[in-house]
Amino acid sequence: MNAADTAFVLICSALVMFMTPGLGLFYGGMVRSKNVLATIMQSFILVALMSVLWAVAGYTLAFGKDVGGVIGGLDFLFLNGVGMDATGGPVENIPHLAFMIFQCMFAVITPALITGAFAERMKFGGFLVFSALWLFLVYAPMAHWVWGKGWMAEMGALDFAGGAVVHMSSAAAALAATVVLGKRRGYGHAPFIPHNLPMTVLGAAILWFGWFGFNAGSALAADGFAANAFVTTHLAAATAALGWIFMEWRHSGKATTLGAASGAVAGLVAITPAAGFVTAMPALLIGLGGGVFCFLGVLLKNKLGYDDSLDVVGVHGVGGTWGAIATGLFASINKASGLFYGNPSQLWIQLASVAATWAFCFVASLILFKLVDATIGLRASEEEEVRGLDLSQHNETGYQA
Amino acid sequence: MKKVEIITRTFKLDDIKAALSEIGIKGMTVSEVKGFGRQGGHKEVYRGAEYQVDFVVKVKIEVVVEDARVADVIGAASKAARTGQVGDGKIFVLPVEEVVRIRTGETGDAAI
Repeated sequence: MNAADTAFVLICSALVMFMTPGLGLFYGGMVRSKNVLATIMQSFILVALMSVLWAVAGYTLAFGKDVGGVIGGLDFLFLNGVGMDATGGPVENIPHLAFMIFQCMFAVITPALITGAFAERMKFGGFLVFSALWLFLVYAPMAHWVWGKGWMAEMGALDFAGGAVVHMSSAAAALAATVVLGKRRGYGHAPFIPHNLPMTVLGAAILWFGWFGFNAGSALAADGFAANAFVTTHLAAATAALGWIFMEWRHSGKATTLGAASGAVAGLVAITPAAGFVTAMPALLIGLGGGVFCFLGVLLKNKLGYDDSLDVVGVHGVGGTWGAIATGLFASINKASGLFYGNPSQLWIQLASVAATWAFCFVASLILFKLVDATIGLRASEEEEVRGLDLSQHNETGYQA
Repeated sequence: MKKVEIITRTFKLDDIKAALSEIGIKGMTVSEVKGFGRQGGHKEVYRGAEYQVDFVVKVKIEVVVEDARVADVIGAASKAARTGQVGDGKIFVLPVEEVVRIRTGETGDAAI
């Protein structure tokens, strides 16, 4: 065991924890004022709910001894055998508990990302039940396939910090949510204007800050790969913010703060699978692609007419997919190489993992949404939606008149 | 007694307040209001989606004065608020039946 590595991973775990309340602010500023608390709550309460479920059973389903490449066994149920030394953990240099809690924070933020798609119309109870089921039946298998020695890892798919596990999975669930829940009332004719963009920009800044823990921490050691991931992460966020605002400048005449914040997040998403496999200059391109493609992805929503309230598909789906493909193009370090470094087969592996992730996560999420909808109900009533979810779901309001 | 309601551009508030203070107006009520007239609304763009915002934010200044001072108030306020562009706003003059100063119980002109 290594003390520096342990300290680093614990601090990174705290950084990643901070991302989820930050995501709550990012989303909270984009909704109308009558839904601000309900939106922030959906992120904040998942820090609590997912952490409990992860410790009890989620961790072992993802990282327990592999069962047929599909799921983890029950060796670590109730954190049994997850202790202060490295025993049973995937790496020798940090306590198994440190690895578990670092992974816990990923399990917290991933379902929170989905909440942007059904913002402003979801019942609180239905949301909690869906999120709990999704952790066990979608997230845990995905984490196992990619990071828990499951079939995607065996196939050789590269996903450094969660392009597939975190971003594509949540975006596929987001798409399923729009199919099952339908549009918000008034969508397409009433204006849906963000009520507090300073809050959104603060949230984006917290996400950017926390993402250093997310990506650099995924090196699981305080070493050169961590430093590389830190740098690639930062540079990709930077070029993506620039790419997005230049695109919208051309498209609608002005650069916006919402565009800068969205672009930074898009770049962070895009670099996530690649952060530990590419060097700094390719990271600039991956970020730029993230900013440009995600902006176009969001425009596509307006054309297709589905109501993904806060653009989970446009940002995390497009960005995660681009990042996974870009990893297959630009990978050059950490025992990986992509198409541009003489290994075209990596690109095919990446494409296969992208297709499998979208297909599995979309279908499984669709079934879960339908199941919860048919039993306890997902969508707030018309009156609840019109009054706002703050009052109708939580008996409180974000702002006094 | 008359109430003079001035609805105009928000950034003109300080100029109008100064102009009214200069002619001896000792109090006013100010609120932020939304509405539309000939100026129409404006367009806002969020993540590439355009929204037409019909209501324009304006400031409403309410001043109650003796009948004899109405013309002075209108003169000072419109001079301070005028830019010559569409959207400068309007001034309404309404009759006021009674004024009561709550602290002392004074009424009429003495309470203004």
